[in-house]
Amino acid sequence: MRGLRFCRFVRRFLGAGKRYFRGVADPVSEVFLDSSSSEPLLPAARQAWIDAQQAGWGDPVRLHRPGRLAAQALDQAREVVAAAVRARPDEVIFTASQTHSNQAAVAGLALGRRRIGSRIVTTAIDHSSILAAAAAAGSHIAVEVDHEGHVELGRWAAAVATEGTAAACIQVANHEVGTLQLYAEASEACLRAEVPLVLDATTALGRIDFGDVSGWSVLTGWAGAFGGPASVGVLVIKKTGRWRAPYPTDDYQGGRWPGVPDVPAIYAAAVALDCWLQSGRVVGERQHDLIDRLRTGIVQRVPDVDVAGDPVRRVPHLLTFSVLYVDGETLTLELDKAGFAVASGSACSASSEHPSHVLAAMGALTHGNVRVGLTWTTTAAEIDRFLDVLPPMVTRIRATVGAS
Amino acid sequence: MTDGVSPLIGLSLNCRGMKCPRPIIEMARHIGEVRIGALVELLADDPAAGPDLAAWCRMRGQTLIAADSPRFLVRRDS
Repeated sequence: MRGLRFCRFVRRFLGAGKRYFRGVADPVSEVFLDSSSSEPLLPAARQAWIDAQQAGWGDPVRLHRPGRLAAQALDQAREVVAAAVRARPDEVIFTASQTHSNQAAVAGLALGRRRIGSRIVTTAIDHSSILAAAAAAGSHIAVEVDHEGHVELGRWAAAVATEGTAAACIQVANHEVGTLQLYAEASEACLRAEVPLVLDATTALGRIDFGDVSGWSVLTGWAGAFGGPASVGVLVIKKTGRWRAPYPTDDYQGGRWPGVPDVPAIYAAAVALDCWLQSGRVVGERQHDLIDRLRTGIVQRVPDVDVAGDPVRRVPHLLTFSVLYVDGETLTLELDKAGFAVASGSACSASSEHPSHVLAAMGALTHGNVRVGLTWTTTAAEIDRFLDVLPPMVTRIRATVGAS
Repeated sequence: MTDGVSPLIGLSLNCRGMKCPRPIIEMARHIGEVRIGALVELLADDPAAGPDLAAWCRMRGQTLIAADSPRFLVRRDS
């Protein structure tokens, strides 16, 4: 009797499970517009990942054939990254994530410069992993930005030149609002003050040519941002002697990042980056136009919207806007129901009680926030449908909270 | 002076414990109850209240006179 009851329970449980998984596997008409969190894996990168599992899985420091093949694949990956950022292949390291790269960049310069001081200068809108690493290094100065996200250059230069500054960090482009930072000018100030600079290129790598800026000491990036595996971080360390590994190291990657590298994933990351370098220009131009169309359409069709970021000097694929009187979590979930996956910088809509520090520092509205990140394949028809769906949705939500 | 509200403050809104955007919605619903030039006091302890009230004032042509969380003062300008 007990056994029978148990069997029924198992059957019911499995039945429910089957229904659940069938639901997940259903082809939904989902339009993925959250490339600011991660660009979906590019097909060429997927294929390269599979191919490299066959031929490049070995330990790259071993002398046998699988090891040599892996070492070759790793060398090719380094060359692709080096060419993209105009560095030397032996300066390129692969870590496990953007966060790891940023932490290693900041902590390594702080360690290498500990006799100078422990102050790390960043902007107020850097990625949270940079801000956390700066706070952990010692004292942290976050320089203010204007309403569009550009750093106040006078304050930046003064902060960088202050005695006891170990290192400074600046983004090429902001990960939430897309504004291109004044990275060339900021880099000049660091060169003048002889302070090493971490250039966080995560949002821009493959999308914007910033190779003319050479004043950085360490550059960071992440394959998930350009359609490679999320498990691959990029760290490029110029051989200036100012960076020291802030953790125990081993024989791998020149003693700068420990552990056997995941060569197939790294190779796939390099192929994804190469896709952008070879044929991303057309995609970028299309995305730039689509974001213009989205920006104009939203302002025209939805009253009381605060669009954040520089409308012109920006990465091609990002747009962030906030809808007055609307809760970001509700808006994100309603858009998801309508088939659009977007991100939000509003409190509660992600994992935080606090709103996005980027929006707050820029003086942008933080509630009702939607962050759109176009992918390689986003079409004009999808953007037009988004523009059709959004206005009545906002009207409906505002009516329910008594703010219409 | 009643309920601790100074004569310059035309209205006080207690939105403590409310999540954004509710405090901003309350401000928008009630600011019209005071004359132009008068002050509205908002008490709100949600971490987004400070930046959102400043953004709302900018978008709606009002002036944020003081921001000392959880107490904010807005002057009705339009």
